Amino acid sequence: MYEFDYHKAKNVKDAVAIAKKQDEAKYLAGGMSLVPPMKLRLAKPGNLIDLNEVGELAGIKVDGKTVAVGAMTRHESVAESKDVKKAIPALAKLAGGIGDPQVRHRGTIGGSLANSDPAACYPTAVLGLGATIETDQRKIAADDFFTGLFETALKEGELITKVVFPVPDKACYIKFPNPASRFSIVGVFVSKKGNEVRCVVTGAGPCVFRVKGIEDALKKDFSPKAIENYKHPASGLNSDIHGSAEYRAHLITVLAKRAVAGAE
Amino acid sequence: MATHKVTMKVNGKAVSGEVESRTLLVHFLRETLRLTGTHVGCDTSQCGACTVHMNGESVKSCSLFAVQCEGQDIQTIEGVATGDQLHPMQQAFKDNHGLQCGYCTPGMIMTALDMVRRIPSPSEQEIRKNLEGNMCRCTGYHNIVKSIAAGAKAMAGAR
Ligand SMILES: Cc1cc2nc3c(=O)[nH]c(=O)nc-3n(C[C@H](O)[C@H](O)[C@H](O)COP(=O)(O)OP(=O)(O)OC[C@H]3O[C@@H](n4cnc5c(N)ncnc54)[C@H](O)[C@@H]3O)c2cc1C
Ligand code: FES
Ligand code: FES
Repeated sequence: MYEFDYHKAKNVKDAVAIAKKQDEAKYLAGGMSLVPPMKLRLAKPGNLIDLNEVGELAGIKVDGKTVAVGAMTRHESVAESKDVKKAIPALAKLAGGIGDPQVRHRGTIGGSLANSDPAACYPTAVLGLGATIETDQRKIAADDFFTGLFETALKEGELITKVVFPVPDKACYIKFPNPASRFSIVGVFVSKKGNEVRCVVTGAGPCVFRVKGIEDALKKDFSPKAIENYKHPASGLNSDIHGSAEYRAHLITVLAKRAVAGAE
Repeated sequence: MATHKVTMKVNGKAVSGEVESRTLLVHFLRETLRLTGTHVGCDTSQCGACTVHMNGESVKSCSLFAVQCEGQDIQTIEGVATGDQLHPMQQAFKDNHGLQCGYCTPGMIMTALDMVRRIPSPSEQEIRKNLEGNMCRCTGYHNIVKSIAAGAKAMAGAR
């Protein structure tokens, strides 16, 4: 691993101030996405700003209409939260299916979103529920947040503080996991809130995206049957040793149908 | 680059050492403390051979910097037995042929103990699901699953 300097942030203000001052600085949350490429010398941050002791960034608040999750809240805490299980069971289940127990004990929602891995789980819930990402500077709508492969709307040094999810009528996330890493080969999140329907796909493109064809069909009839003839174009989808673009296109409809059937 | 002095609790004892920022917890345990029971099996954070407990929860010590563990409570495989007497989970691995080469075993046992903390009597399916972060190149997992079920039962009996 290349050398770097380590800084422990005391609070949000402190973290942002260190990031402004230091070159090539990166925030360190659970380290589950940041440390592996550093070990392989694929990433070379000059300075790491550890957020693990910033208490104000962790925690879950649920009221009747929203679930707010602090950036440093671990996957395990979201998966096990009684309040989240009651308000948005799909979100608790999604968090409980990320990686493995060791990864869930460390990994955080803020890290997952800032990282925007093309196969990550959390971004589907954020876009699929129309959540708002709050930072030290502003509020960003999910529809504007994910901009490309490992790319987001975050500016240099901008710190995610929390994510606010509106509570849907029902929602569900189904992933087809890679048997080794548990990342999605394809994953689909669907939600319904009044007349609004969202269908979001991960694993198939450079970052998460909505599928309008499925959303329109589900708006008329929220049932698996309504989308059984939907065929997603394969062109532009990811293709690798785990699955061709055609296979991933096929999985989008299959998993969307299962997600609609399982929505609660 | 500056080094850091860290002090943490490892297997109940306060220890300290001088580390670089980039020193991983697993390297501090193995190379500074000479606790070589915690293994490194991959460089992608996937194999779980390096699993230890931090404040009672299973974590991959290859993906955590030693400097982050300042003031934390770490338990490794060396802290599991009582003197010469194996922990019931270790005994269960021995009795059920839950290991062959043994490379993955310390990580398996630390994961198993974390699992039993959360789910005192796990079903076979729960055991398999909770082993997703641990890989074994030898056993085919069958006897590991059997060992954990037996270990959990023995632990419940001992309580
Ligand atoms: C074996 C394994 C399996 C996994 N399986 C899955 C899976 O199935 N599904 C899935 O979705 N993920 C999976 N992951 C990734 C995991 O969910 C990570 O925890 C997550 O992607 C990153 O969160 P982190 O807290 O570890 O962030 P870190 O690794 O600490 O940081 C990631 C990036 O985000 C930045 N960052 C962190 N916090 C903030 C913040 N508050 N504001 C701004 N920037 C920030 C960092 O600077 C860094 O660039 C897996 C990881 C491993 C090692
Ligand atoms: S050494 Fe493989 S997960 Fe830590
Ligand atoms: S016993 Fe050899 S790797 Fe598991």
